[in-house]
Amino acid sequence: MNNPILSLENVTFSYNNKTIVKEIDFSISQGAFVGLVGPNGGGKTTLIKMILGLLKPDEGTIKLFNQPINEFTDWSKIGFVSQKANTFNKGFPATVFEVVAMGLTARIGYFKFFTKKHRQQVITAIKQVGMEDYVHENIGNLSGGQQQRVFIARALVSQPTLIILDEPTVGIDVTNVERFYQLLVKLQQEQQITLLLVSHDLTSMRDYVTEMIGLNQTIYFHGPPEKYVTQQSTT
Amino acid sequence: MLGDFIQYDFLRYTFYTGLLIGIIAPLLGTFLVVRRLSLLADSLSHVTLAGIAFGLWLDKLLTISLSPLYGGIAFSVLGSVFIEKLRRMYPAYQEIGIPIILSSGVGLSVIFISLANGFNNDLFNYLFGSVSAVSKNDFYTILGITVIVLIIIFIFYKELLTLSFDEEHAIVSGIHAKRIHLLFIILTALVIAASIRIVGVLLVSALMTLPVAAAMRIAKSYKQLILYSLLFGEVAVVSGLISGYYLSIPPGGTIVMTAVIILLGSLSYQKLVFRKKEVV
Repeated sequence: MNNPILSLENVTFSYNNKTIVKEIDFSISQGAFVGLVGPNGGGKTTLIKMILGLLKPDEGTIKLFNQPINEFTDWSKIGFVSQKANTFNKGFPATVFEVVAMGLTARIGYFKFFTKKHRQQVITAIKQVGMEDYVHENIGNLSGGQQQRVFIARALVSQPTLIILDEPTVGIDVTNVERFYQLLVKLQQEQQITLLLVSHDLTSMRDYVTEMIGLNQTIYFHGPPEKYVTQQSTT
Repeated sequence: MLGDFIQYDFLRYTFYTGLLIGIIAPLLGTFLVVRRLSLLADSLSHVTLAGIAFGLWLDKLLTISLSPLYGGIAFSVLGSVFIEKLRRMYPAYQEIGIPIILSSGVGLSVIFISLANGFNNDLFNYLFGSVSAVSKNDFYTILGITVIVLIIIFIFYKELLTLSFDEEHAIVSGIHAKRIHLLFIILTALVIAASIRIVGVLLVSALMTLPVAAAMRIAKSYKQLILYSLLFGEVAVVSGLISGYYLSIPPGGTIVMTAVIILLGSLSYQKLVFRKKEVV
């Protein structure tokens, strides 16, 4: 296996004396498109929060780019599209440009300002997701699918190596879900961006991902999507 | 109409101070409104009143001729720090600090007002604002606060906007949300203390939210929101000060009512534009 971008060893997390995830071991190499599936309450969001440094595991080690997570500082290498992207304040007066530019805030850093170079990066990210006709449109006026593209652009603008998406297709119609997956595959293949996608939507996902991880407190599957489907139908 | 405001020193300082708070109050207000923290301003204004009453009591006790505004600033900043602490102690009930600090502020105000020999004319000015209450020293203090607020907002604009839009994303991307939020809440406290001389404790939150509410109906971007909010804030302060002076009414009332008229105007404008679009 290539140098892993993300690796978890023996990761366990409990909340209020209840085990949420237990002895999780897996790693993801550069360029993979990994689908993380599992039942509600199986620990998917908790696992993502640990990978993003928002929760600390009780046991085990998480490494990002071969660095233990507590020593990892270059968060601009990681893009994140959360579930909340679907439930953001629709009345917030911000244009597509302003929202995508927010993805550069941490990368630019404190006491430094937005320059022409950053402006170009924002426009490029907007073009990558096919939203160039809506640059100055208010984000609240767009459809759910278009808004999700804008959030992908916000994750892309800091030129990340890994993008984590937590249930990004909730509330989006079927046609737009297909277009959304096609966009992700394009990014993965053309730019070698590694993707970790959490979703309930197994049917659409299995046609696009390169690996699947099944999680229900522990990992019950890790392998190619075809095998996951076969294994599920025989059990 | 501006004649007296140019001719007399005490009115001139009031007018200049009005121009300053017409900028900083709606500017901070844009972030308060989009973060759904409008009530924070009300809470901090009541703590500021406690600080002012404390200042008046100290003045009486020790006969120090220090502006009570400093007591107001100190209490407001302390109140903001406590609200932030309570927000962290009750992460599932983040607004809980607002009523706690508001009622503590009112409670302390009652105690200090009574210790300072009850209600006097000066205190009435602090409640509803005054066209003649701004001294030269107050003006320079408020000018200092304005400069600090503008510099900090300019430097941290992108962090504040990112945090206001999506706090979780901001934290994941590596922004120090707690520190930026503390800085923001302290700035809010300073702006409230600065605005109280003109609009008064009871109406200061209106100056921070009404121009923003009006601007939100027509702004398409955040920059437009700031621009329209400042414009509406300035119009409300200037016309409110002038009308308040000529009608002998505390300017807090006239400023806020002007802001309400602007809000109604922007609501009607939006309806008109919407109807035109439907017809086309």
